[in-house]
Amino acid sequence: MFRRLPEAAGDTIAFTINGARFEARAGDTVAAALLAVGITSCRTTPVSGAPRAPYCLMGVCFECLVTIDGVGNRQACLIPVADGMRVETQQGARAIVTEPHA
Amino acid sequence: MIHDVDALPAEVDLAIIGAGPAGLAAAATAARQELSVLMLDENPNVGGQIYRAIAANPLPDKTVLGADYWRGEALARDAAASTAQHAAGAIVWSVSRLDGGNEIGVSMAGRSRLIAAREVVLATGALERPFPIPGWTLPGVMSCGGAQTLLKASGLVPDGRMVIAGCGPLLWLIAWQYLNAGATIDAILDTTPRANWVSALPHLPAFLTSPYLSKGLKLMRTVRAKVRIVSGIEALRAEGSEKVEAVVYTKAGREQRIAVDSLLLHQGVVPNINLSNAIGCHHTWDDMQLTWKPETDAWGATSVPGITVAGDGAGIAGAEAAAERGRIAALGVAQRLGKLDTATRDREAAAPRATLARFARGRAFLDTLYRPAKTFRVPQGDTIACRCEEVTAERIRATVPLGATGPNQMKSFLRCGMGPCQGRLCGLTVAELIADVRGVPVEDVGYYRLRPPVKPITLGELASMPKTEASENAVVRV
Repeated sequence: MFRRLPEAAGDTIAFTINGARFEARAGDTVAAALLAVGITSCRTTPVSGAPRAPYCLMGVCFECLVTIDGVGNRQACLIPVADGMRVETQQGARAIVTEPHA
Repeated sequence: MIHDVDALPAEVDLAIIGAGPAGLAAAATAARQELSVLMLDENPNVGGQIYRAIAANPLPDKTVLGADYWRGEALARDAAASTAQHAAGAIVWSVSRLDGGNEIGVSMAGRSRLIAAREVVLATGALERPFPIPGWTLPGVMSCGGAQTLLKASGLVPDGRMVIAGCGPLLWLIAWQYLNAGATIDAILDTTPRANWVSALPHLPAFLTSPYLSKGLKLMRTVRAKVRIVSGIEALRAEGSEKVEAVVYTKAGREQRIAVDSLLLHQGVVPNINLSNAIGCHHTWDDMQLTWKPETDAWGATSVPGITVAGDGAGIAGAEAAAERGRIAALGVAQRLGKLDTATRDREAAAPRATLARFARGRAFLDTLYRPAKTFRVPQGDTIACRCEEVTAERIRATVPLGATGPNQMKSFLRCGMGPCQGRLCGLTVAELIADVRGVPVEDVGYYRLRPPVKPITLGELASMPKTEASENAVVRV
């Protein structure tokens, strides 16, 4: 859906999306990195399960919510992508996880 | 640059929220008056949206984004050279009055702290007006500003068939920048209502003296020569299942369809009032700009002591004006904190005020010409108004007669505005929808009463904040 202008190429770093390895341009936000590798939808909604993608890229619409390094509902458009970062797309509403008692 | 919440100063004279043109100019000006200044911004770099990535831009060719973008470099340089500190990736989720000053809740990398500031300048700028058309939630549909951010900060352009739809100066700017970058735009669907040309005419003489006139005309000429422009658009919708596949428009009563991979939408910008609203500043409805804005005095001071708004957050006037409004706000703060007497403050503000007046000339022409049509602001049928909670226009319309006479009641009935965006993308639509059904002005309907945290933070983050002895004693039973 997006292509990088040749002159904008920079240093690359490696990160994962749903366990698969991808490369990102250092300095990009997670949202830009997802769009640059052709991820069209970053989550499905908790209400109807409809697919959504980054919309505003400036922190106001909350459409680009993803799980980053195990923490859910992070705004991908505000967080710089980092080497070794684990990004997961979010599917629908989250289930309540009950942890076993210690 | 501060990246760690622990490195934030515990107390400053002035906290500036937002590092766009208004915030950067306010920071440099206030620092020159020997105030301790902390500038908090949620993005990785300074510049705000208009000068996004100004100090870390990936495009070596400066002609792509244009000279107006690069004007931001001087602002960023001045702020960086000053004693003002800049916290990047700093999300402000609350500002409240405390002991005659202000207490600010800041989250950085998932950890929060409360810091104190004697005065606060809100430089939170603008956001794009909602564009609620059928299918606007589909992947592949993006705001023009969002697409422009990807160009400025990452050098990304849409691949495949692209259509830009809407109205306003920013729409022409992004089209021009895309052409400079070698991208292909399949069509621009211009939704500017034809009748606006007539109502804007009385403001034309003033606009003829505007610094924006010659630049705007040149830019539009370039775009018109290279892109198919369809004006007089009466209706728009995006179609697709998993992503956008086509845009369907109506012109002269006839439907046309264009297959697309990307649809970029824009119909102007409005003040981002979430923080000023949550603080309790008094807001008024601006019927020309069709938005709420905080009531401010000549120095940007709001109805709440210690809270100033600078830049587009106090009403849309553009980037150049925002910088001057930042300088004026900082001088007002310096005077209130005893660093300047009123005569010196007024003298120092004379030059910024003159520049501000120059950029304000003819603003009414742009506001009137690009005032978006009601059909694109006040949707019908199953068009989604609240994206977060997927609340449709018809559900909102049907709920008004049940007793939801304002946005706050509507929120209780339907959850619109209750999602993570906290009304940023539905507030204006919901207010205008209710006003439409009730047949009353929007100001009679009001707006969401927003409350902190204005940005979502986890309970864990809240619970693990450093606590003072006093705050622990307040809840500990002895």
